[in-house]
Amino acid sequence: MRFGDIITTRIDEVVKWGRKFSLWPMPFGTACCAIEFMGVVSSHFDISRFGAELVRFSPRQSDLMLVMGTVNYKQAPILKRIYEQMCEPKWVISMGACASSGGFYDNYSVLQGIDEVIPVDVYVPGCPPRPEQLLDAIIKLQESLQGIKEKKSA
Amino acid sequence: MQEAIDHLKRAFGPAILETSNNLGNETAVVSKEKIVEVVKFLRDTPDLKFNFMMDLAGADYPGRSERFEVIYHFYSLSTKKRIRLKVRVSEENLEIPSIHTLYKAANWFEREAFDMFGIRFQGHPNLKRILMFEEFEGYPLRKDYPVNKRPKIPTPDPLIKV
Repeated sequence: MRFGDIITTRIDEVVKWGRKFSLWPMPFGTACCAIEFMGVVSSHFDISRFGAELVRFSPRQSDLMLVMGTVNYKQAPILKRIYEQMCEPKWVISMGACASSGGFYDNYSVLQGIDEVIPVDVYVPGCPPRPEQLLDAIIKLQESLQGIKEKKSA
Repeated sequence: MQEAIDHLKRAFGPAILETSNNLGNETAVVSKEKIVEVVKFLRDTPDLKFNFMMDLAGADYPGRSERFEVIYHFYSLSTKKRIRLKVRVSEENLEIPSIHTLYKAANWFEREAFDMFGIRFQGHPNLKRILMFEEFEGYPLRKDYPVNKRPKIPTPDPLIKV
C-alpha cells in the first residue's frame, strides 16, 4: 500500500458528499417556470451533470422540492401537506418571482411567497429564470449542504 | 332572417328594457323576472336556435342604482349568430333566477358569478364558491373590495384531509 491510497475523513463529510450529488427533486410545478424546468432536465442544460436528474413525482421518494410557479391561497395547504410528506433531510428551492414573492400577482388570490407556509433554502429570481439560474441554485444548495452540519427543521 | 332582438321585443314587450345593436352586436337588457323565459325562447324558437351558452359573467357598476349586472352570451351553431343579454341586479336584492335547467353549462358560471360578486342564483343546485376557498371572506371582484386585503391561509380542504 502506497502513501495516498487512503484518505481519512469523518462519516459526516462522506454523507454530505453523498447527499450533495444525489438530490432527488420533487417538482411542484404550477406555471411557466415548470416549462423552463423541462429545459433544465433535458439534454441541452442537463441537470444530471449535478446528480439531480432523477425527478420523482412522489414526495416520499424525494428530498428536494422545487416550487415552480404561482401558488395561490387555495393551494397553500396542499403545498404544505406535500412538503410535510417528504422525509428528512429535505430542501426547498423557490423558482421564479411568483413562488418567491407572489411576483406581479399582488392580489387577493395569490400567496405572497411560499415562505409564508414552508421554509425555503434557495430563492431564484426571474420571470421565468433561465435554466442556468436553476442550475446555479442547485450548485448553491450543494455548497451549503457541504458546509453546514444539519439543516434546521421547519 | 330578422334580428333576434326584434323577435324578443315582439314576444316579451315591456320585459325587454333596452336594446342596442352596435356593429351587429345584438344586446338586450331583460327584466329579472323574465330571464328564464327569454333564454328558453331564444333556445327553442326555430328561427333563432341559440343553442350554445357561451358565457355568463357578473359586473359591478358602483354608481348605478341597480349596481350589479349578469351578462349572458349565446351563440347559435346553425345560424352562426350571437346575442348578449344583460340583467340588472340591485345590491339590496341579489337574487336572480338560475338558468341551469335550460343549460347545464350555466351551473359553474353561476357559481363563479356568486363567488366573485355575491349574486345569488335562485334554484341553483349547488351554489357555493368555485374559485376561492370556502373560508374566503367577501367578494373579490366587487369594486369596493380593498385592493390590499389578503386572506388568511386556509385550512386544508376536506378532500385532502387525512
